[in-house]
Amino acid sequence: MKMIKFILNNQTVQTDLPKGATVLDFVRYHKNLKGTKIGCREGDCGACTILVGELNGDFVKYRSQTSCLMPLANANGKHIVTVEGINKPNNELTEVQSAIIEESGTQCGFCTVGFVMSLTNFCLDETPKTAETAISAIDGNICRCTGYKSIERAAASLTEVLNEQNGQSRLEFAIGKGIVPDSFADIKNRLENLRIGQDENSPAIQTHAEKFGVTDKSDAGYPKTILKTARPFVGGGTDLYVQNPEEMVYAATENLFSDDDLRFINETDEFIEIGASVVVTDLLESEIFNRLFPNLYKHLKLVSSTPIRNMATIAGNFVNASPIGDMTAWFLALDATIVFNTTREIPLREFYLGYKTLAKADDEFIKKIRFRRAFTHFNFEKVSKRTYLDISSVNSAISLKIENNHIEKAQVSAGGVAPIPLYLKKTSEFLLGKEISENTILEASEILQTEISPISDVRGSEVYKRLLLKQLFTAHFAELFDFHPTA
Amino acid sequence: MKNLDSKSHVRGESVYLDDIPLIQGTLFACVYDSPIAHGKLESIDISEAEKCAGVVKIITAKDLIGENEIGGILPDEPLFAEKEVHFQGMPIALVLAETEEQARHAARKITAKIEPLEVVTDPRVAFVKNDLIVPPKQFKLGDAETAFRDCEHIFQGRADVNGQEHLYIETQGAYCVPTEQNGLKVYSSTQGPTAVQRCVARVTALPMHQIEVDVTRLGGGFGGKEDQANAWAALCAVGTQLTRRPVKYALHRMEDMRMTGKRHPYSADYRIGLNKDLKIVAYEVTFYQNAGASADLSPPVLERTLFHCTNSYYIPNVSATAYSCRTNLPPNTAFRGFGGPQGMFIIESAIAHAAEKLNVSASEIQRKNLIADGDEFPYGQIAASEAANSWKQADDKYDFERLKTEADEFNRNNKFAKKGVAMMPICFGISFTKTPMNQARSLVHVYTDGSVAVSTGAVEMGQGVNTKIAQVAGEIFSLPIERVKVHTTNTLRIANTSPTAASAAADLNGRATQIACETILQRLKEVAAPLVEAQTADEVTIENGFVYRGGESTNLDWLVLVNEAHQQRVNLSEHAHYATPGIHFDWSIAKGHPFAYHVYGTAIVGVTVDCLRGIYTVDFVKTCHDFGSSMNKSVDFGQIEGGIVQGIGWMTMEEVVYDEQGKLRSNALSTYKIPDVYSVPKEIEISPLETDRGNLAIFNSKAVGEPPLMYGIGAYFAIRESVKAFNPENLPRFDAPFTPEKVLLNLYSEKIRKA
Repeated sequence: MKMIKFILNNQTVQTDLPKGATVLDFVRYHKNLKGTKIGCREGDCGACTILVGELNGDFVKYRSQTSCLMPLANANGKHIVTVEGINKPNNELTEVQSAIIEESGTQCGFCTVGFVMSLTNFCLDETPKTAETAISAIDGNICRCTGYKSIERAAASLTEVLNEQNGQSRLEFAIGKGIVPDSFADIKNRLENLRIGQDENSPAIQTHAEKFGVTDKSDAGYPKTILKTARPFVGGGTDLYVQNPEEMVYAATENLFSDDDLRFINETDEFIEIGASVVVTDLLESEIFNRLFPNLYKHLKLVSSTPIRNMATIAGNFVNASPIGDMTAWFLALDATIVFNTTREIPLREFYLGYKTLAKADDEFIKKIRFRRAFTHFNFEKVSKRTYLDISSVNSAISLKIENNHIEKAQVSAGGVAPIPLYLKKTSEFLLGKEISENTILEASEILQTEISPISDVRGSEVYKRLLLKQLFTAHFAELFDFHPTA
Repeated sequence: MKNLDSKSHVRGESVYLDDIPLIQGTLFACVYDSPIAHGKLESIDISEAEKCAGVVKIITAKDLIGENEIGGILPDEPLFAEKEVHFQGMPIALVLAETEEQARHAARKITAKIEPLEVVTDPRVAFVKNDLIVPPKQFKLGDAETAFRDCEHIFQGRADVNGQEHLYIETQGAYCVPTEQNGLKVYSSTQGPTAVQRCVARVTALPMHQIEVDVTRLGGGFGGKEDQANAWAALCAVGTQLTRRPVKYALHRMEDMRMTGKRHPYSADYRIGLNKDLKIVAYEVTFYQNAGASADLSPPVLERTLFHCTNSYYIPNVSATAYSCRTNLPPNTAFRGFGGPQGMFIIESAIAHAAEKLNVSASEIQRKNLIADGDEFPYGQIAASEAANSWKQADDKYDFERLKTEADEFNRNNKFAKKGVAMMPICFGISFTKTPMNQARSLVHVYTDGSVAVSTGAVEMGQGVNTKIAQVAGEIFSLPIERVKVHTTNTLRIANTSPTAASAAADLNGRATQIACETILQRLKEVAAPLVEAQTADEVTIENGFVYRGGESTNLDWLVLVNEAHQQRVNLSEHAHYATPGIHFDWSIAKGHPFAYHVYGTAIVGVTVDCLRGIYTVDFVKTCHDFGSSMNKSVDFGQIEGGIVQGIGWMTMEEVVYDEQGKLRSNALSTYKIPDVYSVPKEIEISPLETDRGNLAIFNSKAVGEPPLMYGIGAYFAIRESVKAFNPENLPRFDAPFTPEKVLLNLYSEKIRKA
């Protein structure tokens, strides 16, 4: 029987806990590492942020993740770092810790470790070190007290320290500066050894029913939702663990997140292809995507937060089938297709049959996503109650191919305005052959209103969502063509 | 001086409730709470839950040994629903199990038969039904009715302001451990250890001396743990009493949001009368407070709304009436500002209304009516005012006219982006308005190694109160801060405490500490005098660890002196008491002098609204704030910045949504949004008010916890300015928060109406 095995701070650990148990519960309650805090258990506060190091060619790539949504299965073979793993002996402080204290960036302290970990990750990752990227590193951390301005100042002073780096690798520099302990230098070798030691047997699975001595699973006391399938496929866990945190612990899941075969972004003559385990951050770091989408960072910054982007897979966003899935709207406007493990391929547009109902058999999972590079213009719009780290009230994406001032190809999508993520077929068709003009936009806006059926809920009233989509549709043209309506 | 907890915070070594090492045999608790907001509880079925693995006991109202009552002010709040349920989330049963997961699992197996009754969520509906928590309260100054007759301009309208979820990142919780001879030790994440002790005593029928409550620190409180920590402690205590095993309950976020009350929503009707010089001559206001299902702290919150109903302004004729209306929501409770911010929002709405109709800048009306020295507040206290002073210093430094002109120019050049600027003066009274609560005690020990331990009734929750108390001891003994340790807040060491609330903890507990330290110091000086050949103790001072005689240093150091005192059997400990002098209030006439002092300040808030998408950013908040003389700038500036951002959150994105059935829709962090790092103002500038006026604060350093929150109200009015710049025909309703939805609908109100 295979156990889950990984390096926790400086110690190789293995556990026979259910692979669906969260890393958060494991470190706090089984390893007594109490520095990692529980704030919300839905990835929305960042108090439980940890570092996850993974072999990436000849180095270990670290990313911050929220441990509350991370199944132990996804820690297998990785380096998991909590604050105890970066604390120095003798009560000395790391650069990150002293920067926060120096700027009085801690009040009640409950969120503080999350910030420390996010900023420590910032010291290790490959992003250029600017004030903006430093803030971006902590965009998943909520401080209610609310010391953001002082934390901002701490992040800025840290950025100055990081810019002293000269010729060394990030890791060498961070070790030299005492940002992370010396033991990090050997993690790569240790992870390689760990990988060799892995056998092929499946980890033990204890079902929820077995755990509680309930024989009939329908009696488990949980709503039957996404877990109605016998073996749910789990990517980053960022949706499933929000929706069914307790049932997920014992679910007989198939974990795809760490499957190297599903992590690729390729470009062929015709297509861009991405694997099912590609996360949003992978798009941000991809040369291909940055070339195709000039506003990639600006747009993807609107999607959740850094630690969630580090975990959330594109395929998972599709399968979650939320009517307001941001990446779903994005890829609908690219007319993407999805390829299942069964090699069946269907357009994403045909994936949604009704609210949370998919054109997918229980044993099918998405293997890859592909789309054609057939657009000259792309834009993504999203408005939510809070601009960042929030779920859309309404979102929309558009891709256009413009030739000789005429729209040769148009694909518009919208989220939050129907039971499913919507491809706006009539609106898109209407735009074909038209010139960009106020009339075109106004007429298209009216057609658009006939294609949607928003409902009033906590994210906005129906009347608001209708107006907002109209505005976001207009905003596409404002962004792409600097076009503004006169009325 | 940095917050003394900083180092353990950044290293993750600070201990919060859920971090306390578990004692063997600990049981875990989980509540089964009412799924509906109002109904007759006909039966509870726990049979399925009892069969679940790991379940040790399931407790309902009938199992209580003590009273089924946790209401602090009024006895109107059962711990467990017994005959009726009054809100969704009201505890009905408590499961105790060997593991947390088993407790949660079993709680889901409980069912209750509840016959639904009418659900009321709107305070005006409750008012019409005359369902009030307490009789109405009223403040009167002058004769408003008569004065309105002579007003040049009169405007009346309605304003609404919604609640606010505390969202302390550490949820509520308690851990109760049995002690011998039927005693209980309760660890609680509470701002009010004595309130917890009293509540536990009541539900267990134990005398208070059997109950020890201990609080190390909170991961945020903001008022949410002033009264509402009691229930969880009481539940755990009852569990321990019935099983004699330790019982722990740390709430999950959604439980906490669903079961606990929030800042009170208010609806109000106002009438404001001005003369031709824009002096406000008369103000009449009626407040409908949404109290929720039981009193909790609603009555004093209601009172503070009245105390602050005229904000920083002097209005000679005021008639203010407030109703605390019972609804089927979780009992609403204290939240930073305690009803004051709601009162201020309403008067600012009335002023904005007048300004819009008169086509003048609201700032002109605000400035012309600032309260001055000698003016009377509606509750009879005579102002020692810094209102005009802070206004002028803010204006001199930041130049409101220039900022406004810049915004106007920007607006002329940008069709789809509009800037708005608003002034926001604040005036906030410091003291518990219930005079007897303004007392505190401090226990100071000097040990024979020269180190100092301090215990007070103050609870550390990030506001730096322990740091300030350590500073007091360090200052008086002239010792480095490392020689002072402030210990947990514990009801065995400090009894009968007032909660850490009303911004007053540093003042009250700091003053008590000051007295305790001065008493010990005096004894030490008396011991020292003959040793350094001084005639009297008055000649002796202690500075930086050495005894001085008549200003000259001697060889006698702190350690030797302390030991000498001990040898001479001199008491090196002191338990001192402080009661704020000079305050009083008589509710029979609604007049008095309830506040030790007021905190003043003025902020200028600037925003930019994206008029295509209806979203906005706060560009700056520039304040001139009355610190008195800050004893800890890093702590106090943190409180100002934090308060501002929390206030802006309340006015903008934080929207508490209950449906008509009283179900909380904004029930998680995914549906209730508080400011993130991108939503804070791009710039927060804080300049301390320059004043040489003395005050009753500890070391002249005025309370700083609550007042800055109200600067955030300026964001509402700045957004309103921007919306009007885009759509001048439309005057938005006064209805906070100004969510992106309301912004967009107001930007395009004409088109919606036409459509």
